[in-house]
Amino acid sequence: MQHLIIGAGPAGVVAAETLRKADPDAAIAIIGDEPEPPYSRMAIPYYLINNIDESGTYLRDPKQHFGALNIEVVQQRVDKIDTGGKSVTLADGSSRSYDKLLVATGSRPVSPPIPGLDLPQVHSCWTLEDARNIIKLAQPGSNVVLIGAGFIGCIILEALVKRGVNLAVVETGNRMVPRMLDEKAGGLLETWCKNRGIDVHTSCSVEGISDAGDGQVEVSLSDGSKLGAALVITATGVKANTDLVADSGIEVDQGILVNRRMQTSNPDVYAAGDVAQGVDFSTGNFEVQAIQPTATDHGRIAALNMAGQGDEHHGTLNMNVLDTVGLVSCSFGLWMGVDGGDSAHLYNPEEFQYINLQFDGDHLVGASSVGKTQHVGVLRGLIESRIHLGEWKQRLMQDPTAIMEAYVACTQELSYH
Amino acid sequence: MQKSLNIDPGKCTGCLQCEMACSYEHTGTFNPSRSYIKVFTFHHEGRFAPYTCTQCDEAWCMRACPVDAITVDMATGAKVVHDDKCVGCKVCTIACPFGTINYSQATGKVVKCDLCGGDPQCAAACPTDAITYVDADWTGYDRMLASAAKSLPSAEATA
Repeated sequence: MQHLIIGAGPAGVVAAETLRKADPDAAIAIIGDEPEPPYSRMAIPYYLINNIDESGTYLRDPKQHFGALNIEVVQQRVDKIDTGGKSVTLADGSSRSYDKLLVATGSRPVSPPIPGLDLPQVHSCWTLEDARNIIKLAQPGSNVVLIGAGFIGCIILEALVKRGVNLAVVETGNRMVPRMLDEKAGGLLETWCKNRGIDVHTSCSVEGISDAGDGQVEVSLSDGSKLGAALVITATGVKANTDLVADSGIEVDQGILVNRRMQTSNPDVYAAGDVAQGVDFSTGNFEVQAIQPTATDHGRIAALNMAGQGDEHHGTLNMNVLDTVGLVSCSFGLWMGVDGGDSAHLYNPEEFQYINLQFDGDHLVGASSVGKTQHVGVLRGLIESRIHLGEWKQRLMQDPTAIMEAYVACTQELSYH
Repeated sequence: MQKSLNIDPGKCTGCLQCEMACSYEHTGTFNPSRSYIKVFTFHHEGRFAPYTCTQCDEAWCMRACPVDAITVDMATGAKVVHDDKCVGCKVCTIACPFGTINYSQATGKVVKCDLCGGDPQCAAACPTDAITYVDADWTGYDRMLASAAKSLPSAEATA
């Protein structure tokens, strides 16, 4: 059995490991096009502030892990998939055949059509190579403009502040992280950032970037401001890398469409991670989530099914956790609520605390929080196990902080023997 | 056979000796707010429930970790956080459906029960055997679903 995996991110690596466990005799190869060992983009913010060196971003110890599992890691770009002949063609002209193929090619940053994005001071923050470029330009005291205060923008914001730059952030939405946090929570993040000297512009877009000489650029905003900068970072969203399957007949929507076994419309081809449009636990719809926990879940489910041992998956829960200059926020599932559902809120702006719980009947279906770091995972447990909260729903409506108590009470035998 | 913590909330008196022992073992201070095991209080029922990581087989935290900072201690089966590798990204804290791996502002890393290397101090400190260290049998996800199913009438805890 020859298993081929395109993409060396978390989905591809977890898939390879799961395949090795499920099928000890199979040939397994990961093909990745970046000139690095398999690494994690999630770790890049910590590399930017020298908390870790480059090897600290590696998904696994590249010296011994893959060799010990007899997983071949190939640094090459895949140019073409021939689903008829069940083979792929690599950039060096060679080809490799497969019995089962996993496409885990991830996503790439997209930029809005802003004039001047091709200037050398403008970078995205996506790859290790991007991070190396940012480190060169984000020197203490230099002016930096970050375009986009979404999840990725906010997660690198702290690293930039810690590098000692003067930071301005421009977000087209009316609040920070609009796709993860509601107005109250996004507002807390904005105040928090402004209190720390970050120049936050929401409901504002960048109209153009021009060369200002001496290695500097000028960034023109829709609110009329003009910001000088030594570095402009774009963090305006990502797009699934579906190009590789464009001519293969495999069905593509926002990402590569996969069923509950992570199988594409071609039964021998699977997809996982940021590139895959799989079933969402909360809605039952097929969506691109592009988050780390989903990538690893996808990788595992795809691999089990490639090895003929898998089940249909109940869907992945959309969730995020974010540390914005020390203020931790998170969101789960249908945090914006459902029609006819109840909600519970705790809002304490002086303490930068916020909890938002969303119910459908006596189930928790979504939640978000700001300023809470303890036991947040139980929000996933409450949502994904579809626990009937019973009387605990009313208690949570009165005290939304009691999520652990609700979970423990609903799942453990509390009576005396 | 590996052993696991067995918690019997019915025997817990809420004395918090387990939290004291845990925080002392892991941080060198008697500070229940930094304990990895927590005793939850149910005023309505007059009950207490100690709660910590079940070292589940699914190891949601370990799988979600982007930098291989959580590994299995082969001797105890505990999922152990390695501070030298943990970058503090907190992905594991939302991936764990039990809420038992948490971010520590004090260390900038995540913290969780490590079974104290095979001699859990919470169990040693518990005066009523509400926490014991016994032979392990079933897995965390089974436990999560089974406990959800028995939680209240007609629970529909399906995978």
